[in-house]
Amino acid sequence: MGKEDIEDIKEEGQQDGGQAMLSVEHLVKRFGTETILDDISFRVNPGEVLVIVGPSGCGKSTLLRCINALEDVQGGKILLNGLPVAEGGRKSPSVGTKIGMVFQSYDLFPHLNVIDNITLAPCKVLKKKRFLVEAEARELLKRVGLEGKEKSYPRELSGGQKQRVAIVRAMCMHPEILLLDEITAALDPEMVREVLEVVLDLARQGMTMLIVTHEMSFARAIATKVMMISDGHVVEEGTPEEFFTAPKTARARQFLNTFTYESVR
Amino acid sequence: MNFEVIREYLPLYQEAAVLTVKLGVLGIIFALLIGLACALVQYYKVPVIRRIVAAYIEISRNTPLMIQLFFIYYGLPKIGIRTSPEVCGVAGLAFLGGSYMAEAFRSGLNSVEAIQTESAFSLGMNRVQAFFYVILPQAAATSMPPVVANVIFLLKETSIFSAVSLMDLMFTAKDLMGIYHDTTECLFLLVVFYLIILLPVSILGSLLERRLRYAGFGA
Amino acid sequence: MPDLGLNIIFKGKNFARLLGGLGVALRISLIAVAISIPLGLILGILMTRKNPILKAILRLYLDFIRIMPQMVLLFLVFFGTTRSFGWNLSGENAAIIVFSLWGTAEMGDLVRGALIAIPRHQYESAQSLGLSPAQTQIYIIIPQTVRRLLPLSINLITRMIKTTSLVLMIGVVEVIKVAQQIIEANRMKTPNGAFGVYLFVFILYFLACWPISMAARYLEKKWR
Repeated sequence: MGKEDIEDIKEEGQQDGGQAMLSVEHLVKRFGTETILDDISFRVNPGEVLVIVGPSGCGKSTLLRCINALEDVQGGKILLNGLPVAEGGRKSPSVGTKIGMVFQSYDLFPHLNVIDNITLAPCKVLKKKRFLVEAEARELLKRVGLEGKEKSYPRELSGGQKQRVAIVRAMCMHPEILLLDEITAALDPEMVREVLEVVLDLARQGMTMLIVTHEMSFARAIATKVMMISDGHVVEEGTPEEFFTAPKTARARQFLNTFTYESVR
Repeated sequence: MNFEVIREYLPLYQEAAVLTVKLGVLGIIFALLIGLACALVQYYKVPVIRRIVAAYIEISRNTPLMIQLFFIYYGLPKIGIRTSPEVCGVAGLAFLGGSYMAEAFRSGLNSVEAIQTESAFSLGMNRVQAFFYVILPQAAATSMPPVVANVIFLLKETSIFSAVSLMDLMFTAKDLMGIYHDTTECLFLLVVFYLIILLPVSILGSLLERRLRYAGFGA
Repeated sequence: MPDLGLNIIFKGKNFARLLGGLGVALRISLIAVAISIPLGLILGILMTRKNPILKAILRLYLDFIRIMPQMVLLFLVFFGTTRSFGWNLSGENAAIIVFSLWGTAEMGDLVRGALIAIPRHQYESAQSLGLSPAQTQIYIIIPQTVRRLLPLSINLITRMIKTTSLVLMIGVVEVIKVAQQIIEANRMKTPNGAFGVYLFVFILYFLACWPISMAARYLEKKWR
């Protein structure tokens, strides 16, 4: 039996084990002649939190962008609840607003205040009543510690506050799965925690998430599954305990070592 | 300076100024429309049409209004397109201004970061919604200073209308100087009237720019 | 197909005359630019000085020149000086004076803009590296300023060339005036000559300005 046959059986086995919410199969992404993602396959079940780690430029962010149909793909399939996320280079209508995404930074709309940032899409896309959305937005803002900031403009907020607003904005669309793309990478260290607390809170509520991060202790705390990507390939996949305490591959060990420091003394 | 002469000439200048402003405003409105259309074509990279737009912008920006007006007013009638001086002035100003406005709008559109569109898409908006709710309001704000600068530029360019025998301020001044030789008074009135037309727009422009710079968007 | 005058461009010395007319326009603009750039540099540097009186005077000069249509400035100098001072300026000299005044103001504003656009920390980090004020200027500030300025000053040349078309109105025989004369002389035989001749002048102006614009854009992209 060839290697590919074994892989096929493994995949079918997984499929039998329950309906995956998101499944990525043999995904290939190229920019011109450069291959960014090469044959990536994985699944995310409802309630799971998959953390994707890996060195800079390994294609983690590109992967999230592909899942959110912001990039076209050159091969393979990305399915949400069994349906392709993209059709003809755009997000397919069946996916609609089921995928939420928060970016590294600067993605709040600078011309709108906090409450308008949050209510714009629910009102215009989902055609909800503004007062309902606003009530919900206020509730969520309170929950993330931003009560009283409704009328502030993005430029008046700190980086950490902006990212919390961005998370609330995404949540108000009630996505089935949330993609977080290095949401703390542009923040000062003391602001990282306030944002990650919010994400931990979401995980406790059972939100399905796909997280790209460089915060290893956070990854360990929140993940139900960790996946490491390097040079466009999945290097290792496993539970956080396995991955962080006993990585199987040399590449993963080397990567994890970059986060520890030898004592000088 | 002879104030009797000034009082005598004032109504003539007033009439000319009204004509100048009228045609200028009309030309600017068309220029804004042409500019917006061109900027959108370029922003959304509409195939084929964007090449035509690019060629138009190059031609319009690299030739003086003077020859544009001469060609429209004296050249085009020879192939059957006849225009009055007024129509010619407005058409010339629109042809010239369209490309300048296009560049102003384009810089505004380009200043909106790609991630803004992507965020809008991520929130489920379609292209049209993303454009009207997210891109346009931001682009309009950053386009404002160059648009106002272009308005001033185009109002100044109306002084060339006199070349196609439009009875504008320049024409009136030159005409009166030629007949009565009251050079000082004629030039004085010319400067005053252009100041009356241009100063308010210029002040508005610098106020706008200051407001945008200090209260501006951005992180 | 009626005769649209494309042939009279190449009749006799007409082609050479048109080029000569364009030459007059180019000569005026190049002289004016050559005067404007050094004066504009000085003006721009002076405008970043803190002296309030100096600033107010320069501001007034700059704003007046920039708000007036160049045609009005031409009239002021050409007709005004004859009247007030009894000078008898030739149209070409009046044009060079006006375009130099205007070019200096435009250039001064560009220089000022480029200078204040250099972030404070550039000066500070140069100082903290131990560079003297002169060294800071030579190695840090001037190279950055030049990179910002060069594309804009090249653009000023095309603006100047386009603006020279105005000198027609004060009787300078430049390319459009030559075109008028040619059309006039051939009125009987080629009544529709205006189309071809003006189209040709249109193209001439484009050919004079477009390469310069392209060069400016190339530099702007390269140095961004």
